[in-house]
Amino acid sequence: MSTLVRHQGGGVILLSLLIGLILGIVPLPRVLELYRPDWALLILLYWSLALPQRIGVGIAWLTGLFQDVLTATLLGQHALAYAVASYLIINLHQRLRLHPLWQQSLSILILLMLAQLIIFWINGIIGRPIQSWLYWLPSVVGAALWPAVFVLLRGLRRAFHVS
Amino acid sequence: MVFVFASILLMTLDQRQQHLDSLRSALSVVVFPIQWLVDQPAASQDWFQETLSSRRALQEENARLRTEQLILKAELQKLEALEAENLRLRELLDSSFKVRERVLIAEIMAVDLDPYRHQILLNKGSHDDLYTGQPLVDANGVMGQVVQAGPFTATAMLITDPAHAVPVQVNRNGLRSIALGTGSLTSLSLPYLPNNADIRTGDLLITSGLGGRFPPGYPVAEVQNVIRDPGEPFAQVFARPLAELNRSREVLLVWSQDEAGMDPAATEPAADETAGEPTP
Repeated sequence: MSTLVRHQGGGVILLSLLIGLILGIVPLPRVLELYRPDWALLILLYWSLALPQRIGVGIAWLTGLFQDVLTATLLGQHALAYAVASYLIINLHQRLRLHPLWQQSLSILILLMLAQLIIFWINGIIGRPIQSWLYWLPSVVGAALWPAVFVLLRGLRRAFHVS
Repeated sequence: MVFVFASILLMTLDQRQQHLDSLRSALSVVVFPIQWLVDQPAASQDWFQETLSSRRALQEENARLRTEQLILKAELQKLEALEAENLRLRELLDSSFKVRERVLIAEIMAVDLDPYRHQILLNKGSHDDLYTGQPLVDANGVMGQVVQAGPFTATAMLITDPAHAVPVQVNRNGLRSIALGTGSLTSLSLPYLPNNADIRTGDLLITSGLGGRFPPGYPVAEVQNVIRDPGEPFAQVFARPLAELNRSREVLLVWSQDEAGMDPAATEPAADETAGEPTP
């Protein structure tokens, strides 16, 4: 990263991640709770895709750590999942950007599921296995919401000239 | 790669307990504003309800509470006499027993945690002397225990979490067992009772105080069904928790007896919220 490149709109990125974390713990009815997508990860993936030179694995890891504290899970499990997902999307960003939105959704679905798989494994290792297929629903919901998230955040990025 | 190692290191340390409590506490302070913000709609709804309710409704509630208090006071008089008598008899038997404990009321914050675990977030923390392992009760029975106490917030595990177990006894005959969480908010399971155990539907389960975490004598659950299969060594017993695990907004934190016994200074009422401290 060269120092000559001027960065703008860090506040927008920070605020959007914060909103993602808040949406992650807003109380929902018990039925809807199981469908809640991983908002923080979705928003993180967008920024990693749009500004890979700026939003790196480190920020993903920190976001995951906050998610761990907020949801009272084992410290580091969301951090690991987020870091891996953002590493992959940064590696693939040039290819992914060329895909139409619905194809991006499919890739996002795989990434979200991978993140959930990591959390699932860790839960299994520490002896709290989750025995329900509903566990994977948030990934599907998240992937379905990806086009909306993408368009919204792209609008924000252009409006505030985040670069 | 560095981050992967860092996460694995963190998780190992966290799982092996205690090493990271300070880090977790520090982080919980950082995220407290977020949690506070999320809690606001629910909190302000409560406030509005109180502020905007009509004078008539308030008067009615006041009258109701007055009668209730009168009845409770009358019962308390009896209880005090009984407690004194109980203590005297126990002194004769040379056993120490504390009937009342120090308590504090905390509110559950309207924040969702992991949907696959039964955990709640409380608005009191180690700032108010909460400690890990502290029992939690509501008006009807035992709710759970504190698993992690940050400075301003604390995470508590409900008795129905699959990783939770309470030592209980049947109130009718003193039969001891362990009640495990099942992952459903309406059911506890007692897997270690033999087929010929004297337990039946409708029995009240109370904490036995074994294990030293929960003070003895608090109601936990009511036995709902007992399945005795002659081919199995153990009976399948399911009980319904008495506490309103998914409805209450306020919980009572109890300082159980050994801690109170060890540190007499800690039993002093710390704030106006503290109640129920026995006068010597």
